[in-house]
Amino acid sequence: MRPASRVREMPVLRVIARALVPMILLFGLYVQFHGDFGPGGGFQAGVIFAAGLIIYALIFGLGALRRVVPPILTERLMAGGVLLYGAVGVVAMFLGGEFLNYSALDPLTTGHHGQHLGIIAIELGVGIAVASTIMRVYYAFVSRRPGGAGAAEAPGDTP
Amino acid sequence: MPPVELLLMLLLLATVIVVARLKDLFAAAMLTGIASLLAAGLFVLMDAVDVAFTEAAVGAGVSTVLFLGALSLTSRREKQERNRILPLVIVVATGAALIYGTWGMPVYGDPEAVIHHHLAPDLIAQTEEKIHIPNIVTAILASFRGYDTLGEVVVIFTAGVGVALLLGGLHRRGKEEES
Repeated sequence: MRPASRVREMPVLRVIARALVPMILLFGLYVQFHGDFGPGGGFQAGVIFAAGLIIYALIFGLGALRRVVPPILTERLMAGGVLLYGAVGVVAMFLGGEFLNYSALDPLTTGHHGQHLGIIAIELGVGIAVASTIMRVYYAFVSRRPGGAGAAEAPGDTP
Repeated sequence: MPPVELLLMLLLLATVIVVARLKDLFAAAMLTGIASLLAAGLFVLMDAVDVAFTEAAVGAGVSTVLFLGALSLTSRREKQERNRILPLVIVVATGAALIYGTWGMPVYGDPEAVIHHHLAPDLIAQTEEKIHIPNIVTAILASFRGYDTLGEVVVIFTAGVGVALLLGGLHRRGKEEES
């Protein structure tokens, strides 16, 4: 028998995961939106966010994660993140600048607001794309075939 | 070399040697994560916090989980390799080439190094002037090199689609819940 099913019944792991996962997700958001002031940015934030959700799946089962983030949603968000990034560039063009010239996003002032806005928007696009790609890769691995760790969870996982 | 760096380097070396010798792939995957964490510590000491952050999150975090996911699809123990000379030769040759490459690099921390004089002063000055955010790394990645980063995001997207096509099968329109 795989230990995976027994891991999920360990109370210590469950309690710690319950306390830690929200913290990890919150820290991911902090890294995401604080990237222009401290270390970090969209890429790291996306990885941390996805890691938090994967820990959730490891402890509470794949079915629990599927209810939070359905696999089809990860596919849409993968494309959505890239599109958000590109859209910022196109919006800058419509506002009279070059592609991805964020200064054009704020035509009234000649300064930094457009840059701040643009950086936050594209970092969000990066974060969404990275987090959903990692989740999608994780889904691809764990739902590969019966007998694997993911498949061990998949059938009997609805509580 | 300062003692903390030396300690981390030695631990890293020990971890890597153990990983190479282990036959238990589960333990090897865990130790790979530890090696990443030690590397992240070294990056912090070199003041490359953004890189350290990435190394810790990706190397120690997610890739360990993905290794475990891959392990659950295959066997837990490595097969005995019949020909052990050829892999060793390849690894030693690659390592020697990399070390040879470092001879051409400037000494670590050398203020006269080309990289500190070519574009860096310009970018540092322009970050303050045009972008006005404290993290210069973010300013360069997101704004000055916006095209590059867009390309990188597309690479990540493509990698995700590739894995999904190879392993998981992408969802089709009209066939919503099934995988």
